[in-house]
Amino acid sequence: MKTFKMGGVHPEENKISSSAVIEQMPLPAQVVVLMNQHLGAPATPVVAKGDKVRVGQLIGEAQAFMCANVHSPVSGTVAKVDVCKDAFGFAKPAIYINVEGDDWVETVDRTPDIKRECNLEPQEIVAKLKEMGIVGLGGATFPAHIKYNVPEGKKAEYLIINAVECEPYLTSDHRVMMEHAEEICIGVSILRKALGVPNAYIGIENNKPEPIAVMTAMSKNFQGIIVEPLKVKYPQGAEKQLINAITGRKVPSGKLPIDVGCVVSNVGTAFAVYEAVQKNKPLIENILTVTGKKLPSQHNYQVRIGITYNDIIKHSIGELPENTGKVISGGPMMGKAVVNLDAPTTKGASSVLVMDESEARRAPETNCIRCGKCVNACPMGLEPYLFSSLVKNNRIEEAKIHNILDCIECGCCFFSCPANKPLTDEIRLGKNRVRAMMAAKK
Amino acid sequence: MTQGILIAVIVLGVIGAIFAVVLYFVAQKFKVVEDPLIDEVAEVLPGANCGGCGKAGCRAFAEACVAQGNLDGLRCAPGGDAVAAKVAELLGCVTEAGEPQVAVVRCRPCNIGDKRRSNYDGMQSCAFAHSLYTGEGGCAFGCLGCGDCVKACLFGAITMDPDRGTPVVDEEKCTACGACVKACPRSVIELRNKGRKNRRVWVGCINKEKGADARKTCANACIGCGKCEKVCPVEAVHVNGNVAYIDHTKCIACRKCEAECPVGAIVDANFPAPVNKEKPAAPAALKPAAPAQETPVAEQPSTNNQN
Repeated sequence: MKTFKMGGVHPEENKISSSAVIEQMPLPAQVVVLMNQHLGAPATPVVAKGDKVRVGQLIGEAQAFMCANVHSPVSGTVAKVDVCKDAFGFAKPAIYINVEGDDWVETVDRTPDIKRECNLEPQEIVAKLKEMGIVGLGGATFPAHIKYNVPEGKKAEYLIINAVECEPYLTSDHRVMMEHAEEICIGVSILRKALGVPNAYIGIENNKPEPIAVMTAMSKNFQGIIVEPLKVKYPQGAEKQLINAITGRKVPSGKLPIDVGCVVSNVGTAFAVYEAVQKNKPLIENILTVTGKKLPSQHNYQVRIGITYNDIIKHSIGELPENTGKVISGGPMMGKAVVNLDAPTTKGASSVLVMDESEARRAPETNCIRCGKCVNACPMGLEPYLFSSLVKNNRIEEAKIHNILDCIECGCCFFSCPANKPLTDEIRLGKNRVRAMMAAKK
Repeated sequence: MTQGILIAVIVLGVIGAIFAVVLYFVAQKFKVVEDPLIDEVAEVLPGANCGGCGKAGCRAFAEACVAQGNLDGLRCAPGGDAVAAKVAELLGCVTEAGEPQVAVVRCRPCNIGDKRRSNYDGMQSCAFAHSLYTGEGGCAFGCLGCGDCVKACLFGAITMDPDRGTPVVDEEKCTACGACVKACPRSVIELRNKGRKNRRVWVGCINKEKGADARKTCANACIGCGKCEKVCPVEAVHVNGNVAYIDHTKCIACRKCEAECPVGAIVDANFPAPVNKEKPAAPAALKPAAPAQETPVAEQPSTNNQN
C-alpha cells in the first residue's frame, strides 16, 4: 500500500465522531460574515447597513487578484458593516446580518435531485468557481479559481483529491464521503474537465474502510476516477506528502505542486464544486465536526458560515465541560486554539475540538539531548533541532540556507520530541523572521 | 646522530629565515594603514556591543566616528554625554549634550489574575505569540508579557512584573540603547526624553481601537476623547487614530492632561507623592461602574515607578 517516503508519525486517531450523521445547524439570530475567509486580500463589502439580503447573494466582492467572493449565508437585514474580532482576537472587516427567515436567491437549485451532466467549457468552470467564491476546504482556503487556472507553460497531469483526513479527531471528510459520494464524484469529474487531465486520484487512508468501499463502488460509474487507499501515516494529508504518496513525485524546495504537474484539492472542495457548478450554490456552508473525548455527544454538522463558535457549542453540547483546557479550530496537530469564542466560523473551519485540561496542557520543556527523533519525524527532511537553536540565537540567514521555509508546520517534530521542546513554534517564528528579512532586502 | 640533528636544525633554520624575509616584504606590501585614533576611541566606549547606535558594535562605531571626524548623527546611548565628551575630545570637535533618554512602557497592566481571557502555553516569545493571537488580555496592541524585551536588554534594566504582566524599566540601569524597542513586536516600548529632574509624562496606552471597543478590551485603555489635547498649553498632545500621544520634545510635564484624563491612561514618573494623592479620586468618581477593577489603575501613578 502506498504512502509518502520520508518521516511522519502516528498520532492516536481518535475518530470518535465518524459514525455521527451530518445534521443541519439551525440559524442563530445574527451571523457575522468575515471578509477574509480565504488566503489573500479581504473581499470588499458591496452591501450597506439596512440592505435586505437573501441567502446566496453576493455581499463581498473579490477585487484583488488573490481573493474570493463572499456570499450571504442567511437572509435578513444588514445590521452593520464594521470590524469583528476573529477567533484569535484580531479585528477584521465583517458584515453583521440579522437573520429573517430563510429566503434563497432564485438561481440556486435547491431540489434534492442529483444533476449529473455538466456541459461547461473548462474556462466557464473556472469562472463559475470564482463567481461562487469557492476556496480550498483542506485548511489553507486557497481560492479555487486561481488553483484551477493553470499558468501558461505548465501542464497538469494529475488531479489528486485529498480525502486522507490524517488529522486525529476530524471526521467531516469521512461523513461527506459516506453521505455525498455521488456528488463528490461529479465534482471531481468537473475539476478533471477544468484541468483537462485523464485521471483523478482520490487518496483515502485505510483507517476509513467504509468511505473507501463507498467511494470505490461509486467511482466505477465514472470515467477516470481512481480511489487510492493509503497506509495510515501523518501528515499524509499535506499536499506535498500526498503527491509523493500517490505519484512518487517530489515537489522541489520553493516550488508548487503544479511544477510537478499535480493539482491537489480537498474532498470537501470537490463537494462544494459540485454544488457551485451544478446547483449554482455559492460556498456558504461547510461540514464541521464537533468532537472531544470528554464531550457527552459527538456531532458532524452542516454549518452556515458566520455562526459563532459559542452558538455551535450551545446547540451541540449545551455548555463547555467544567475543566475545558482548549477549544481548537482544526485538528489537534495543526489547528489553532480559539481565543475568542464569540468569533464567527469561516469557510475553512473544519472542526470544533474540545480538549480537557490534562489533554491540552503541554508537558514542561527540558533540554535537547540530540536524539534526532525530530529529524526522523520530519516529512520534509529538515532538521528541526537545528532551527531551534538558530532561531533562538537569531541566526536567520543560516536558517534560510537550511531551508526553514520548506517547513509545512505539521507538528511532527514537536509531537516526537522527548524533551517537549516547542520546535514547531520556534520554526514558525523563524519562518516569520526569514520572510521579514527577505521583505526588507527587497 | 649528532650530524643528523645538526642538518635538521640548519635546514629548518634556513627555511625559517627565507619565510621571515618573504613575510616581511609581503607585510610591507599589504600593510593596512589604520588610524590609531580608532583604537583610542574604541577604548573609551563602553564595549557592550549593544548595537544601539545602529553600528555592528563598538569598534564599528569608533570607525564611523573617526571616518566622519565629528559626532554629528552619531551617539552612543549607553555612554551618554560623558562618553560623547571623551570621544569629542579625541576627535578634536565639539559636541552638544544630547537629551538623556529612557525606555518607557506604553501599556498599563491589565493581564492580572482573573482578567485573563486565555491561558497561553506556547513558546515564551512575544514575537511568536504576536503571530498567533492578541494576548491574554485580549488587546491586539498592548504588551504580551512574554518578556522579549527582558531578554533583549544587555544591561539587566528590564524585569517582568509578575503581578502586572508588563515589564518594568529600572531607569538607573537603562542606557536607552533601544534594544528593547527593536525586540518588542508591538512597539509598546518607546525611548523618551528623561525630562527635567527625571520627571516625565506619557500615555500608557497604544490601543488604536475606537473608544468603546478599547474600553471593552481593557479598563485602562485610552479612548481618544481628546480632552488632553485641549488642555495642553504647549500643544504637545495629539490624538491620532483613537489614541493620544504626547510629544516628549515639547512636553513641559505640567500634568494638566493627566488630571483631565477620564480613564487614567496618562502616567507619570518621579513626581513627588503629595501632588498625586488627589488624583485617584478623580478617575474613580468618573467610573463608578467597576470600582474593583479600577483600584490598581488609580493607585499606580502614586507608586512613582511606572516606567
